[in-house]
Amino acid sequence: MSWSFLLAALTPFNLMLAFIGVGAGIIIGGLPGLSATMAVAVLVPVTFGMEPASGLIMLGAIYTGAIYGGAYSAILVNTPGTPSAIATTFDGYPMAKRGDGDLAVTLATLSSVVGGLTGAIALLTLAPLLATIALQFGSVEYFWLAVLGLTLISALSEGATLKGFMGASLGLLLSTVGVAGVGGDVRYTFGSSLLLGGVEIISALIGLYCIPVLIDLVATPDPHLRVSDKAGGFRLREAMSLALRSKFNMVRSAVIGTVLAILPGAGGSIASLVSYSEARRSSRHRERFGKGEPDGILATESANNATVGGGFIPTLVLGIPGTPPDAIILGALLVQGVRTGPELFTENAAISYTFIYGLLFATLLLLPMGLIIGRYAFKSIIAIPKAILAPTVAFMTVIGTYAIRNNTWDVLIMLVLGVVGWFLNRAGFKPSPIVLGLILGPIAEQGFVQAVLMGQAQGAVLPIFFRGPISWTIVAIIVVATLYPLIRLALSHRRDPGEVSENE
Amino acid sequence: MKTRLVTTLTGVLASLSMGAAVAQSDFPNEDLSYVIPFGPGGESDISARLQQEYFKDITGQEAIIEYKPGGGGAVAWSQFNDMPADGHTIIGTNLPHIILQPLAKDVGFETSDLNNFYFFHYSPDAILVTADSPYETLDDLVDAAREAPGSVTLSGSGTYSANHVAQTRFDSLADITTTYIPYKGTGAAVTALKSGEVQAEWGYSTVAANHQGDTRMLAIASSERHPLFPDVPTFQELGYDLEGGAYRGMAVPQGTPEEARQRLSDIFQEINEDPSFVERMQELGFFLVDVPADEVDAFLAERQAEYEEVARGFDLID
Repeated sequence: MSWSFLLAALTPFNLMLAFIGVGAGIIIGGLPGLSATMAVAVLVPVTFGMEPASGLIMLGAIYTGAIYGGAYSAILVNTPGTPSAIATTFDGYPMAKRGDGDLAVTLATLSSVVGGLTGAIALLTLAPLLATIALQFGSVEYFWLAVLGLTLISALSEGATLKGFMGASLGLLLSTVGVAGVGGDVRYTFGSSLLLGGVEIISALIGLYCIPVLIDLVATPDPHLRVSDKAGGFRLREAMSLALRSKFNMVRSAVIGTVLAILPGAGGSIASLVSYSEARRSSRHRERFGKGEPDGILATESANNATVGGGFIPTLVLGIPGTPPDAIILGALLVQGVRTGPELFTENAAISYTFIYGLLFATLLLLPMGLIIGRYAFKSIIAIPKAILAPTVAFMTVIGTYAIRNNTWDVLIMLVLGVVGWFLNRAGFKPSPIVLGLILGPIAEQGFVQAVLMGQAQGAVLPIFFRGPISWTIVAIIVVATLYPLIRLALSHRRDPGEVSENE
Repeated sequence: MKTRLVTTLTGVLASLSMGAAVAQSDFPNEDLSYVIPFGPGGESDISARLQQEYFKDITGQEAIIEYKPGGGGAVAWSQFNDMPADGHTIIGTNLPHIILQPLAKDVGFETSDLNNFYFFHYSPDAILVTADSPYETLDDLVDAAREAPGSVTLSGSGTYSANHVAQTRFDSLADITTTYIPYKGTGAAVTALKSGEVQAEWGYSTVAANHQGDTRMLAIASSERHPLFPDVPTFQELGYDLEGGAYRGMAVPQGTPEEARQRLSDIFQEINEDPSFVERMQELGFFLVDVPADEVDAFLAERQAEYEEVARGFDLID
């Protein structure tokens, strides 16, 4: 950690790369249907001609920008661009609906900066130490972690826990379609190559979240979003005072995001969910969550931007990518002949620390650039007539879905899921448990199969599932989370039998 | 800049005047679309990225990489013959995938559907342990497995994959029983090794190259020792007839003119002979092979026989 690396990061060329990266990332991530992974993948070849540190700065800046930009589509069109923005739709879209879209975007900007800085500072100061966390989690722990994620999302389905569990089960079932990652079986394809590749997660996100919004958009005469009388400014002062009041929430969420992102594969998608449920659990206005509570956005956006820095920790220290964009960045490093590992922080410190300072700077850039681009995004969404907005978003969903795997079948699957999702929505099934089932199903399945195989090798299967303090802790949280709605229901009924859920 | 413009113009004129006919001299006359049937960041992607710039030096055209992941590659392979067959579209092919997948299940393509024109390298199979592992030599691991059959666990990437094939073949060659634990991808498999969840890993020399320092190889399944690891013995030296790994090649759609296929084979052979390409590939742990268009069939037949034997062990075929 020397000043020379800081200066190396702040050369005009690197600053320009960070600027371009953040801008491109925000715009790509902000378009419904285009994800952070895609933003990074598209721009990787551009970095091949650069010095490794500069290339990394640009990729890190794109990644940061895109994760933040995902909040726009989550808030303004109810479509999470990446799995990590799912929970942002919970309160972001209701806020936008009632006319507070601009405030929501500004809140997302502030908390993204706080989260991003926390993750990047952890990467700067504690990376080698924190990387060991990744090695504490084995198959069994991942299995339990995935079960915990599913429990949380089901329990979060306020007033409809049973429907939450049913949705999660549907997601689990969808996740088994195609070629199994472990075991190699071909399942539920009905002999057609259409389903061979399974249900792609981002396509499912787009279908289940965005298509129902589009259908409602054309089926109802109401404007897409209401415009409040305060609209027009950043509402920065208002957002600042809300954020200051919830500083503890933001920091806690940032720490959750950083630590969970260190767990390769599982962490990034559930980090914002865990922080959301923590924010709700500890809030004095629990009943406001899901209806446009600023604390919800502060929690999820702080957590998901913290996953950027956090995810780089196992990527750079262990050579194990934390998140899908990290996998692409790792590949780019290998093409450039840079080897990851502890020596990246000693022998190649010039590359790693220059990059980390660059990432910190890119995160700071989010504040002015995010506020300005966010304001345009909000203004254009409210200014564009519905007759243009609906087809434009519909077009983006198709392009975005196709571009993920260059596969037309994914577009078809997306549209089918969208229509099914609209009907399910009407019946009270929310998309989030379904999508989480789809994401966490394979993680749970693989962890389970691996644990059973290892148990068989040791001659005892059951004990391996409870093999250490981490497994026990996660199991305990699962039990509490499962019973929590029941306990609360019992308590509230005892306290006030007259108050029957007005949530419905 | 001027020459570039002239070449482009001549290219356009040539393609206008000649239509679909492809003459050896001016092919390729437009950019090459190079489909990778996996996502970005994996070894197939990395080795294609390395070929990219040499392709441009030789032909003056870009090789544009396009990702089409899904079904362990099956999605892209099963749809590939629908793409234009003028020689400007190629796809990365992988062994054992393109042989074992159609053997195991109906995946929408047969091995013979893929018109391979060149195989350029493989990631040799290898057994890896952590730097502080009690297994100093391959014999130590074999002895441990013999003492308590099934108790030695090895992680690997995927089921019916190159790692899985290697594990099955080695167990039968050494007459031992080990437990193979499939993980999703090489990254997860090496994590399992480093965390101590498994005692060893069936991986590749490329994994050892990326994780030098905290892992070491007990043996490598290449035909000779790898230049990057002069101290690691080959399986053959130790008395086990195990050679191979995850081979990577390229195919054109069926119906592509034979001259174009031959020309592509020549271009990629030339890339494989470039000293700086060789060096960069070796640095990453790959092992280069040279299987041009006219030798591809014989090469595949040999592999096919090898994998069928393994598939019988998996009970995939009888």
